Amino acid sequence: MSAPTAPAPADERRAVDAVRALDGPAVLPPARPARATVLFVVLGVLLLVLVVLSAGVGQLDIPPAQVVGSVLHHVGLDVGPAPENVNGDAVLWAIRFPRVTMAVLVGAALATGGALMQGVFGNPLAEPGVIGVSAGAAVAACATIVFGLSTLGPWTTATAAFVGGLVTTLLVYVLARSNGRTEVVTLVLTGIAVNAVCGAAIAFFTFLADQQAREQIVFWQLGSLNGTRWPYVGIVAPFVVVGIAVAVVLAPRLDLLSLGERAARHVGVDVERLRLVAIVAIALLTAAAVAFCGIIAFVGLVVPHLVRMVVGPGHRVLVPASALGGAVLLLAADLAARTAVAYADLPIGMLTALVGGPFFFWLLRRTRRTAGGWA
Amino acid sequence: MSATVLLARGVGHTIDGHTILDGVDLEVRAGEVLALVGPNGAGKSTLLGVLAGDVAPTSGTLTWMSALPPVPGHAADVDPLGQELLAAEPLASLPVAELARRRAVLLQEQSLSFPFRVVDVVRMGRAPWARAGVPGAQEPEDDDTIVARALLTADVLHLAERRFPTLSGGEKARTAFARVLAQTPRLLLLDEPTAALDIRHQEHVLAQASARARAGDAVVVVLHDLSLAAAWADRVVVLERGRVAGGGAPGDVLTSALLSRVYDHPVQTLRHPDTGELLVLPVRGRSAQGGASSTAAHTHLTEGTPA
Repeated sequence: MSAPTAPAPADERRAVDAVRALDGPAVLPPARPARATVLFVVLGVLLLVLVVLSAGVGQLDIPPAQVVGSVLHHVGLDVGPAPENVNGDAVLWAIRFPRVTMAVLVGAALATGGALMQGVFGNPLAEPGVIGVSAGAAVAACATIVFGLSTLGPWTTATAAFVGGLVTTLLVYVLARSNGRTEVVTLVLTGIAVNAVCGAAIAFFTFLADQQAREQIVFWQLGSLNGTRWPYVGIVAPFVVVGIAVAVVLAPRLDLLSLGERAARHVGVDVERLRLVAIVAIALLTAAAVAFCGIIAFVGLVVPHLVRMVVGPGHRVLVPASALGGAVLLLAADLAARTAVAYADLPIGMLTALVGGPFFFWLLRRTRRTAGGWA
Repeated sequence: MSATVLLARGVGHTIDGHTILDGVDLEVRAGEVLALVGPNGAGKSTLLGVLAGDVAPTSGTLTWMSALPPVPGHAADVDPLGQELLAAEPLASLPVAELARRRAVLLQEQSLSFPFRVVDVVRMGRAPWARAGVPGAQEPEDDDTIVARALLTADVLHLAERRFPTLSGGEKARTAFARVLAQTPRLLLLDEPTAALDIRHQEHVLAQASARARAGDAVVVVLHDLSLAAAWADRVVVLERGRVAGGGAPGDVLTSALLSRVYDHPVQTLRHPDTGELLVLPVRGRSAQGGASSTAAHTHLTEGTPA
């Protein structure tokens, strides 16, 4: 057969000519939006301001300048005013700073876990709570409280939360898989079933527990940063740091995963390995958040959404910005929990859910309108 | 004769006892557009999946032949004497990342979990080359030039800043095509690239695929439109119930007799009176009685459809 002699349409020839004409370096929209830098700066400044403010507020008010002064004195710089109150320094370092640090760590862990989970399952509605990590971690942590387990000393509850979260996540993952792939709908539905069973287990433990343990479980389920001590912070911090580091490393591959599993493999992503590593990281982050502070809902769902609305869905920016944003949000929520009602420390989990639920609903409707939905 | 890129021997695939592919021999060659045609369920997409390395066949072998013209900046393919090294590697032995630098796949359906911009989606095609130390890896400026060229070639440069979910079906398909081009593969596997496209972009996309072949790449394309296959393919393979029913130059393979049997519907082939191009048409209505191999059942069926 003779070579095809299809007539090249004028438009096509123009396109081909244009391709040839493109010889110099191309100017394309930058991969990283300019707004990302602004976001990081704004979040960083907000974080610093909130840390200082939050540390100063309480039954014993310490002005921001004295908070900063105390920190500077502790690192050996003789600059700024020391707290005027005789107990000021002690209050700051024994009570306020551990709590503030914990808020930063837990907020960052929750938001990063949410961003990671949404990326891995390609579903903007996925959240550690949704697939059962929080509930699984809760069951294991409750068990240590009820049975008074302390095999690993202060690490017992945190480790149990991690193991519980990991086992639950893997269980959901295995149950939801068929033919080597995971349907998002199946996964979420399996998560609901697992959540129900875990809820029953927690209820059983609550029934079983003596009065002191029951109180502990109930408060812990409400979520609170009250009573945070440095040793707790020391246990949570490594979990959070490792979890966030893994999330940052995985971020570029999460972008590719949004093409779908098959297409992601076509551009060189080992999808199964990526998911496994991500699931372990999610379990780490959730366990870190849940272990001492209980279930604090909604942070992992809304922070990544807010970040996406500002800088778009690229995970290279989304993951670290979510970590910062989560820290800022939880710090602000904790400040509100401590100051909204005089002489009362509201459960922070209740507060975030109360404010976050309607806000999230509004977000959903808005995003659907402006971005044409997510499907 | 051009060099073989990918060789399939006796490939068979069964799912739950159903034979999808059966003893398929296929040679994918550099510098050639190979069209896979056949009726629904003939196994075209499965075969493409097998060639892509997505589906492990239940029988048969797949071998990558690396006797290609040396990739720019990839001197390792040539030994000190200047001879091309012949390397035959089983497809299954290649890591996912290495495979991504050799072949790109355009799927029938385009999905995206998050509302990335078109330019971001096309940039994803550069991911296999992103890691430092990869032979043939480009500088970032080069990456952008490749991406811009791909955007232009697929005619989506003007959509670069648009969010993917806001595009029409055809624009999404062209964006995915641009991503495939940006991957700069030696083998392009395209599953119905023209299905969602208007007539101008059908021609445009296949012309670009053909241009890739002229430049030395190998192209395998699944097509439903037989006239398009006749116009743009160098070689056509007809699949029938998982087997190869015919293969060769379009003029030799796309005959009324073979197509009428394979598609179970009378099909007519003719030459365009002016250009001499091969045209493939289904026989419709009353003229079906004159069709090449229409049985009584076919006649009954086609008489029922409005002419």
